Amino acid sequence: MRKLLNRPEFGAVGGTAAIWLFFAFYAGGSGFLTWPGTASYLEIASELGILAAAVSLLMIAGEFDLSVGSTIAATGMTISLLCERLGWSLWAAIAAAGVLALGVGFLNGLVVVRTRLPSFIVTLGTLFILSGSTIGVTRLVTGRTQVGGLHEALHYGAAETLFASRIGGFSVSIFWWLALTALTAWVLLRTRFGNWIFGAGGAPDAARNLGVPVARVKIALFMTTALAAWFVATSQAIKFTGTDVLRGTGKELEAILAAVIGGTLLTGGYGSVIGAGFGALIFGMVQQGIVFSGIDSDWYKVFLGAMLITAVLVNSYVRGKVMEARR
Amino acid sequence: MRDAALDVPLLEAEGLAKSFGGITALEEVSLSVRAGEVMCVLGDNGAGKSTLIKTLSGVHLPDRGRLRIEGQEVRLTSPREARAHGIATVYQDLAMVPLLSIARNFFLGAEPTKGVWPFRRFDMRTADTIVRAELEKMGIRVRDTSEPVGTLSGGERQSVAIARAVYFGARVLILDEPTSALGVKQAGVVLRYILQARSRGCGVILVTHNPHHAWLIGDRFTLVNRGRSLGTFSKEQLSREELVRQMAGGQELEELSHELGEAVRVSSG
Repeated sequence: MRKLLNRPEFGAVGGTAAIWLFFAFYAGGSGFLTWPGTASYLEIASELGILAAAVSLLMIAGEFDLSVGSTIAATGMTISLLCERLGWSLWAAIAAAGVLALGVGFLNGLVVVRTRLPSFIVTLGTLFILSGSTIGVTRLVTGRTQVGGLHEALHYGAAETLFASRIGGFSVSIFWWLALTALTAWVLLRTRFGNWIFGAGGAPDAARNLGVPVARVKIALFMTTALAAWFVATSQAIKFTGTDVLRGTGKELEAILAAVIGGTLLTGGYGSVIGAGFGALIFGMVQQGIVFSGIDSDWYKVFLGAMLITAVLVNSYVRGKVMEARR
Repeated sequence: MRDAALDVPLLEAEGLAKSFGGITALEEVSLSVRAGEVMCVLGDNGAGKSTLIKTLSGVHLPDRGRLRIEGQEVRLTSPREARAHGIATVYQDLAMVPLLSIARNFFLGAEPTKGVWPFRRFDMRTADTIVRAELEKMGIRVRDTSEPVGTLSGGERQSVAIARAVYFGARVLILDEPTSALGVKQAGVVLRYILQARSRGCGVILVTHNPHHAWLIGDRFTLVNRGRSLGTFSKEQLSREELVRQMAGGQELEELSHELGEAVRVSSG
């Protein structure tokens, strides 16, 4: 039992069950329990969950990335502009956006490890630079803030199958989410690199003295969060056959919220990818559950905020008890 | 049973100097350690002890001076390189990630792996077996190596860090104030492990400002003050009282005790 309590994702798993029961009771009659209802909150959870998996790794390594949302806008718009204005094949545009994302992540990481400034500040700067230039470039080139028509791009069909199709009524992004979460959890818990992530966040000086390449680990993780943003941007651009310059706004905070509900510490060195997955699931359930229960959806953020604070309180209480028990 | 090889120091530092910006941390420090010997480096706060440790363990390159390992001159440009030469450093408080498990901490930076890339993975079972055996050798019994290190006592934590260094083939063990944050009993546990590492043939450099602990286990003593070494003394050359007096600042302490005496008289009168 103590071993179970000891796991960082314990609170999030319990929370997920509680939230599900809550909405099953209040919104069960209005569609929350149906397959389409389930598919709808899983789809919301999946897009956030892909971001949250990467963000939780970065947070365990002791850093933040506030530029995730603006990277979604920038990479999504890159894909749309390259296809719509320059007639690129969709695959080539996706690849180019991927390179852009890797560059953004690399620069974020490099500036953080070189200047030793808090990543909160550095990536806040990146957020504004990226979202500003996305709006600037898009308006300069098209005179608008939305670029559509992606379905006319070369190879759209194949890309749609991969990123935006549905399998048995469930969005394919749900399967991507499960696969990517399994992969990142495996990397964190079962590889050397994973152990270095814990070391880099929990005690960077100790880790460095023991030969862990802390700077490289952090840069790699900033590149991972940027790639996650690129992945979400790609599937959204394809799903909506276009991009809005405001796409992704606020996603960075939602991803941090999911990671924290999942038991990841803001101070680094502790956390769970699986937990972040459950955090994202809670997010999806709340957002859709509110709709199903007929409450004005304007209120879902209130619910989420209360969830966040409750989850953190429960997590830190349980962790304190566990550490105490041995002394 | 002394053979000739024992007389070549495992690690020898000669005239080390290091400054940062305009501030001199080390002016001229020389010391050496042989296999199976505990060399105590004693100095007050600000004497340059931590800079010395970092220079010996590859974190800083000295501005001047030489480092020799078994008579061979070396330049240590990184902690990793120092480790490759068999120099392991256990930092006070900086040795462990508190919320990470004992086994994961033990192997941090040197995880055993199995399988081929991209399926190469951290071999947790091997890690667990080795940690259990190594801790057993040092007399530490843990219920579960997947428990977070934070659940261990301070002395146990230091001991795990020392066990780790010995396991990874350290021939020179540099210990930074290993007993300063510990109670008497816990400090005793750590001092015993240090002797155990010595009897396994390690050269131990024990950096401390506690002359009592140093006297208990030291074979030789190097005193450091304001970035200079004031000489190395063997246990025969130095009495415990002399060591304590030197460390306490000798003259300065007498003045202080005089001053405090005055203050007590004034306030009670």
